[in-house]
Amino acid sequence: MIKSSSLRTILLSPRGGISAIVLLAVMICAVFAPLIAPYAYDIQSLRDANLNPSWKNWMGTDEFGRDLLSRMIYGARTSLSVALTAISISVAIGMSLGATAAYFGGAFDRLVTAVVDLTWSFPEILIALILIAIIGPGLNSTMIAISIAYLAQFTRLTRVQIMALKNETYVEATRSLGAGHAHIILRHLLPNALTPVIVAGMLATGDAIILEATLGFFGLGAQPPTPSWGAMMSSGTAQIFIAPWIIIFPGLAIAITVIAINLFGDAVIDVLDIRRQLRDS
Amino acid sequence: MALLSVTDLSVFIGRLKPLDGISFDIGKGEIVGMVGESGSGKSLTAMSVMGLLPLIGGKMTSGSIRFDGIDLATLPEPHYRALRGRRIALISQNPMTSLDPIIRIGAQIDQVSILHLGLSDAAARARSIDIMQQLRIPEAATVHGNYPHQLSGGMKQRVVIAMALAADPELMIADEPTTALDVTIQAQIIQIVVDLVRERGLSLLLITHDMGVVAQACDKVVVLYAGRVAETNGIDAIFGEPQHPYTRELIRCIPRHDQLRGSLTGIPGAVPSVMDYPSGCRFHPRCADALDICAGAIPALEQKAAGFAACHAAINAAGKVSAHG
Repeated sequence: MIKSSSLRTILLSPRGGISAIVLLAVMICAVFAPLIAPYAYDIQSLRDANLNPSWKNWMGTDEFGRDLLSRMIYGARTSLSVALTAISISVAIGMSLGATAAYFGGAFDRLVTAVVDLTWSFPEILIALILIAIIGPGLNSTMIAISIAYLAQFTRLTRVQIMALKNETYVEATRSLGAGHAHIILRHLLPNALTPVIVAGMLATGDAIILEATLGFFGLGAQPPTPSWGAMMSSGTAQIFIAPWIIIFPGLAIAITVIAINLFGDAVIDVLDIRRQLRDS
Repeated sequence: MALLSVTDLSVFIGRLKPLDGISFDIGKGEIVGMVGESGSGKSLTAMSVMGLLPLIGGKMTSGSIRFDGIDLATLPEPHYRALRGRRIALISQNPMTSLDPIIRIGAQIDQVSILHLGLSDAAARARSIDIMQQLRIPEAATVHGNYPHQLSGGMKQRVVIAMALAADPELMIADEPTTALDVTIQAQIIQIVVDLVRERGLSLLLITHDMGVVAQACDKVVVLYAGRVAETNGIDAIFGEPQHPYTRELIRCIPRHDQLRGSLTGIPGAVPSVMDYPSGCRFHPRCADALDICAGAIPALEQKAAGFAACHAAINAAGKVSAHG
């Protein structure tokens, strides 16, 4: 697990520190959007459409005259909440599935492995698109689609770890002292398997932001007028020659956020030396 | 009446039969040593008593294991789980790997009494520290908050023993509790366990391959060879007049201070593999006293003097001077 001393090492390294500051800024925007945004995200003013960035509208306005900076700040809220919720659900279900499959084995394990391997062989975007085609577009379905798209990864990672851990002597020792299955899985197996899964989850959050933006770009994610970085880029494509800032700023936001998440994840991996663990599994 | 009574226990793993008709008793407050070379079935006997055979794909095919009147062979798993750790506890072989590396020492001991005795966290902690002090763990309260990697091997083994003692079991099974430790602390750990067991009037099955340890600690000895009981007898009789040639060989292998340099020997040959046990008496290919009958007929475990031995030659060898004498 991540100790406070390791956390300090992460934050004091150049990568870890800078990426942490960027992520913190994005998170503050997401959480306190109504307080930070200079305007509401949905006030239209067709007279002020496609304005250049200025002191009044720092990032200019979009084709409906809405303040782009305000929409960016609210967009951070959409992107982060969708990505984080989806990955949390995915990690929770993936760990439970992987752990029970590995621990009990047998037919259940073979079924889980077969389904997981099947979904593993498709790119995440394809799985997400198929699911959204079935359950319909919207923020909630984006969340569900993303969480299922990444399920295979966490199930596999957990399963492999539990497979190795369940033969450890301390598991047998605990059992010979009268512990039941639930106690062994929850108190001994999962805590020992947690670290690599957490890091994989952190890195997957970056991918999930891109996936959310992609779905938003296709118009399958957040529905107007709710701002999301992907949907904003999509509407910006039409104005790319007259108001390029409409597509550039959300694109930059996505890129910077995802790069920051990955750098932070790398810093954590280096400090905890779990690259080896991830590779072994 | 015996606390634990194992009768004619046979175990199959797949088509192999690593245990073949094991019988022995452990009385209340008795310390019974179980000796034999590696692969003779000592640990498997312990697993059978703990009901952990399914873990390694083993199956009990005949015989019975009775603990305080309870038939363990047919005991449903939930009842067995309540028994494990509570009334029968296992001290496992390797303390280095027997502790969960990411859970504090104290929490690992506490969980046993919380689970079995329903103690509160605070009561469990006080109890654990008390047991740790009895096991002569210095600064028990500090160690209670440590992680396993902060302790030496000897300390870890004491912690493992503390876990076994935490719910006040009646029978403890110590499966080679000192093999992973430095020679210098082996005797110390054995002494602590034996003292505690005597003090509390517990029964102990001490599995070891060290006859020296047996001589020092046990009331009674069961000698296993290749999945069968070779001989069982009281401690004085085993060392005074061993009946089975294998027992004599084991005793001969104890190093002595007056031994001539270079005269330390082992038993010639090796324990046969479970995949191809010899016919008749399984010890006959390595036995100096083997008779013609030994290769053909399986010797029954028969009453010899005060104990039991499974040896055709034992009758003829009755008056023979033992190597120990």
